Parts: sequence; structure tokens; C-alpha cells
Amino acid sequence: MSDRNGGRKDLAPPATSPAGPLKAPFRLSPVILWLGVVSMLTDVSSESVSAILPLYITGFLGLSTIAFGILDGINQGASAIVRIAAGYASDRMGSPKRVALAGYGLSMVARVGLLFAGGFWALTAVVTADRIGKGIRTAPRDALIVVSAQPDYLARHFGVHRMLDNIGAAGGPLLAFFILMLMPNGYATVFVVSLAFATIGVAVLALLVPNLKTPKPGAAPDGKIGPARGFRWRLLREPGLGRLLVAAGILGLLTVGDGFIYLVLQDRDSFAVQWFPLLYVGTNVVFLILAVPLGRLADRWGKARVFIAGHVALLACYLLAAAPAGGLGPTLACLVLLGVFYAATDGVLAALASQLTPPDKLATGLGAAQTVVALSRMTASVGFGVLWFALGPSAAMVVAGCCLAGGVVASWFILRGGLRQRPAA
Amino acid sequence: MTAAGSRLRWGILLLVTALVVGAAGAYAAVAFQRFQEGKTAVSTARVASGAAVLAKGSVLFRNTAPGQGYGMIGTVPLAEPSGERSLAGVACDRVYGTLQNIVCLKTNRGLVTNFEAVLLAADWRPATSWAVPGIPSRTRLSADGSLVATTVFVTGHSYGSAGFSTETVITAAQGSGGTGNLEDFALLVNGTRITAADRNIWGVTFAPGQSDTFYATAASSGRIWLVQGSISARTLTAIHDGVECPSLSPDGTRIAYKKNTGSPLAAHWRVAVLDLATGKETVLSESRSVDDQIEWRDDQTLLYGLARDGAAGDSDIWQISADPASRSSVYIEHAWSPSVLR
Repeated sequence: MSDRNGGRKDLAPPATSPAGPLKAPFRLSPVILWLGVVSMLTDVSSESVSAILPLYITGFLGLSTIAFGILDGINQGASAIVRIAAGYASDRMGSPKRVALAGYGLSMVARVGLLFAGGFWALTAVVTADRIGKGIRTAPRDALIVVSAQPDYLARHFGVHRMLDNIGAAGGPLLAFFILMLMPNGYATVFVVSLAFATIGVAVLALLVPNLKTPKPGAAPDGKIGPARGFRWRLLREPGLGRLLVAAGILGLLTVGDGFIYLVLQDRDSFAVQWFPLLYVGTNVVFLILAVPLGRLADRWGKARVFIAGHVALLACYLLAAAPAGGLGPTLACLVLLGVFYAATDGVLAALASQLTPPDKLATGLGAAQTVVALSRMTASVGFGVLWFALGPSAAMVVAGCCLAGGVVASWFILRGGLRQRPAA
Repeated sequence: MTAAGSRLRWGILLLVTALVVGAAGAYAAVAFQRFQEGKTAVSTARVASGAAVLAKGSVLFRNTAPGQGYGMIGTVPLAEPSGERSLAGVACDRVYGTLQNIVCLKTNRGLVTNFEAVLLAADWRPATSWAVPGIPSRTRLSADGSLVATTVFVTGHSYGSAGFSTETVITAAQGSGGTGNLEDFALLVNGTRITAADRNIWGVTFAPGQSDTFYATAASSGRIWLVQGSISARTLTAIHDGVECPSLSPDGTRIAYKKNTGSPLAAHWRVAVLDLATGKETVLSESRSVDDQIEWRDDQTLLYGLARDGAAGDSDIWQISADPASRSSVYIEHAWSPSVLR
């Protein structure tokens, strides 16, 4: 390997057996704990609002929401592209915390706007700001996790973070609906409570998370003159990262949005119609329970393997959703498989991307992986929508499943090639 | 980080947390108290002491007057719309009634919030109900009360996950008959079947005296049509462009609708009337954007809801004559979702 990797050893798996005496025991870094708490508070804040926003717009403001859906698609695209840019900015400044703080801060300011936004355009602006804020913060925050974690337990640390994150994502909607249950028109109260959570989240980040530095580009650890500054496409040709991005892109293109899976379940039996909001919470609960165990598995058994196995769980979920048998059992099994998919891929992909990126380009690499996944999944949703109407829900699911099976095999070969220098884990 | 610095940071964090939690808690407590007071406060509209009765020659609506009875079904005589209103003890988001029965779309709030269509008998007792997959938007009954049309916004959990599409279904009031999702009907435009993925159907209106024919809005690829539907043939045939939320006049000759004069993203809906025999379109003088399915008071006059300025959650029903020279005027204050019992 060239010195661009700064002599990092963690490209190779732990030299000893998982239980080997040479390996330092797992110690949860307080930085990661606090970052998890920040994400948890922020997710309570954002998910409580997004759960009730459709109801607020149509039921309370009396606006039609079709246009809102179109605009939100544009926003998601913008948010996806912002991720790689924020990662790049973070690398250039060498200070991920500042960039992350800007992202969390922007989302918090958007919550203030929500209290005053009356009309359709004001609301759209607020939601756009929130989305952009989310796009900005993700890559630098994951970079902070990487620099704080023990390399041998990277995926497990990501698992801890994603677990806390999902406690917030599952709790937010419940909190919002609890407030509306007490006060049917209590939307303003939900917005105020959401702002409170966002503010505490930003305060925890600002006050408790240290301003850890990542190496700036050019400052090669061994004092050699580094490569020229600026974003270089060459980064994407890092031996592993390029392959990882291709594999993640292929799999992302075959990942149908959760919304569609829930709609397939709803289409099959009326049971799911009534419990629709709980489908989302159920997936999140499985995700948060499995995030740490699957992170541990990724550290021991290989991150790429777990990442691909997660997509096999998704494949099983598709087939189960397409199967003619409905009812409680298959529906719950679908949710569990979907949760397994997220737990096995979300944090694990970040851990994998960070391993394959040189330290001075860490946040850019993380942002690139997120951008690829977000854009390919958006494309997948549009494509699946077409398939849905052309073939009907079940047939569309089967087609998506077959393509995914091919994608899993293809990405296995792509990733195996990229990780060949590693001895079999 | 030094020990003193660390202690200072923790101190600031605790202070910020205490302040923020205190402020939000106080806000919530005040809001809850105000809600409790509002619920029991005297209604801002004049409410009759007796319960509402379904009577020919009256208007049924959703009462949006703050105070007691908010959201409940109300009725007033057609001739005396600003008089005392009678309330039925049933709350709905959207309501439509005939002399035989009433359809009520509502949100069941709880930790699991879901949505329901309830068919009420003439004595306000629920006859049947079924779950609907999204937020109530429009509902209509056929004149004899035998068919129920519902349009809801199907949402994923979050604001983008499943897009915002509508689901429109016609259900038989009795028995198990129904159309299923109207998106599965064959959509025919100029004799060609449209199979594009993004078909959306909303806003059904029934043809008086006919059990098979209805009208609705169909949209695909940015185009919007008025379609004539046939339940038995499972077809939707486009008959005019740019008609949203059609409403057939009691004599069956004209359709009142909302016409978008803005852009698809920044809609401005004008009230318009289409003569079915001649295809002549008349845009009325109402300058505000009307986002409602219009109801005919009689063969000449239209009723529609508009949000009340500066009072979120409250609205008024306005009237305008189907004549370009006519000006709109308030018909029923603090009301929404009108239907005329004839």
C-alpha cells in the first residue's frame, strides 16, 4: 500500500482470533455515547414533526399535499448531494464537529421557523432547511465516530450510535401522537416540544463533544508533501472505496423504499391499514435492538459480509411481502427482516467506507457513500413506482426481489475483489 | 478539557436543559389548559338546545366554531343559514349527508393514529365503518345514499416516503359491493388507454338518478381530466381538461369545479362551472383560491368552504351564484364540508 493510507493497519482484520488475548477489550468512547444522545434527541425532534406533518397540512391547514410531495422529492435530492459536500468541507477544515454543529443548528433553526410558518411556501422552506441540515451533519458526525472508536470495534461503535439514534426515531412519532391524543389540535405544542429536543441536542453537541481533529489534506502523517488540495475524483478510485461505492450503488438501486413495502402489506390485508403507523415504529424497534449485535458480528465476521447478508434479509422481506399469505405472522416477519436489513447495513456501511478511505479524506468518503446510497434509493423508489403500476404490487415485488438477488451476487464479487488483500476473516 | 472547564460545560448544559424543558413544559401546560377551557367554553356560534334532526331543506356541515361542539356535525335550515345551528354528537373531519344516511371521515387520534369512514344512519347511530388508508380529503354519497365515495391522502410515515398520492374508492352502503381503488379502472383519453404509472383519481360526484355513472378527476403526467366513470364497465373516460373536484348540479346538466389558474406547484383554484351539453366553461368572480369540492345549494347557487383568516382550524362556508356577474357572500360562518339535504 502507498503511504496515502498513513500506514493504517486496520484494513486488515484483527490479527488474532476474536477472543484472542492481544486484543484490547471493548470500551465505549464517551464521545460516541454523546453523539448518540445528540442523534437521539434530534431524531425525537425531527420524527415527531414529520409524523404529524401530513395531518397538519391537510387536516388542520386544509392544504392539498400533492405539490408538497413533489417538492419533498426535490429536497431529498438536494439533501443527498449536500452530504458529500459537507464531508468535503469537514475534511478541508479538519474539524468535523464544526460542520456537524452547523447541520444540527440549521435543523434547530428550522424548528423555530415551524412555529411561525403559516402558508405552504413557508412550510416548504422550513422542511427544506431541515432536510439540508440533516444532509450537512451526517458525514462529519460519522467521521467523529470513526476517530473516537477503537478500530477493532468500529462497527460495534457505529451500532451503539445507531441504536441511540433509533430510540429517538421510534420515540418521536409516539410522543407527537401522544400530544395530539391529549389535544387534538395541539400541533403548536408538538412544534414547541420538538424545538426543545433539538435545542438540547445542539447544546449536548456543543458542550460535551470535544472538537476532535481529523488530519487535513496535505498534512501527511510522516511529513511527506501530500497530494494537492481539493476534491479529487481519484479518491473514488481508492482501491476499496470505489468498489464499495459501486456495490452500494447497485444494491441501493434495488432497495425499494419502506413506504412501498408498507403499502404492499396494506394492499394484502386490512390489518395493516389500521396499524400503518406502527409498521414504521416496529421496523425501528427491531433496528435499534439489533444494531449493536450486528455491529459486533461485523467486527468479527467481516463488515462486507454482514453488509451483503443484510441485503439477503431485505430480499427475504420482498419475497415474504409478495407471498399470497397475509395476516399477522408474515407482516411481523417482514418488519423484523426490514429491521435486520437496516441494522446490518446502515452503520456497517459507514464503518466499511471509513476503513477504505485515507484519514485526510475521511468525511468525504463517508459523505460519498451516503450520497450514493441516498441517490440510488431515490432512483429505486421512482423505478419501483413505475413497476408497481405496470405489474401490480406482488409481481413488482417479485421482480425487485429477483433483481436484488442478482445484485447481491454481483456486489459479493465486486467487494471480494476489493478486499482480496485481506486474508479471509 | 480541564476539570474546571468540564464542570462549567456541564453546568451550562444543565442550565440550558432546565430552561428549555421548563419553557416547553410550561407552553404545553398552558396549551392543554386552554384546550380544556376551549372544549367546555360556550361555542362562538349560536347552538340550538335540541339535537340535530335530518330534515329536507336543510344543510348539513362540519361545525368549526371554537368551543363546545367543535368538529361535530351540524345542521341549519336552507332558508336560515345564519340562524341557530343544531349539533349531532358526532365529530368528523369530512362529512356528507343525504336524507337516508351520512358518511363521516374521521381521524382516530391515539398513539396509533388511524383513519376511518363511518356510515351513520339517519338517527346518527353508526351503521358500518371501515378503515381508510390515509388522511380524509373528500367524500360523497349518491342521491339515494346507496353508494359512498371516499378520497384520502395516502401517506407513508414521513413526508416523502410513499409520495403523496390519493386513494379513491366507491363502496356500497349495504352489502359488500364496491369498486376497489379507482386507479385500477381503465383510464381512456381520446380512445387511448393511459397506463402511465402516476395515475391519480380524486373527487367523485354521483349522477342523480343513475346507479352506474359518476364523475371524478383523473391526473397523470401533469395532465388533469374530468372523467366520466362507469362502475359496471370499470372505465373512466376523459371528457374535459383541467377539471378538479367536480360536483354535478341537482338537475345533472352542469358541473361546478375548481380550476387551477396557477402552476402545478403553486396552485390557485378558481371556482368554475362547466355546461355538460355545450362544453362551455364559466369562471366565476371569486378571487380567492378555493380548495374544496363544491356543493350545489340548488340549480343556481354554489356552496364552498374557505379557511377563516387568522384562525387556524376554523372556516366559513361561502355562496356564489353560478353566473360570472355574481359576487360571493358568507353563507354559514364557522362551518366546513356542506351538503344539502334534498
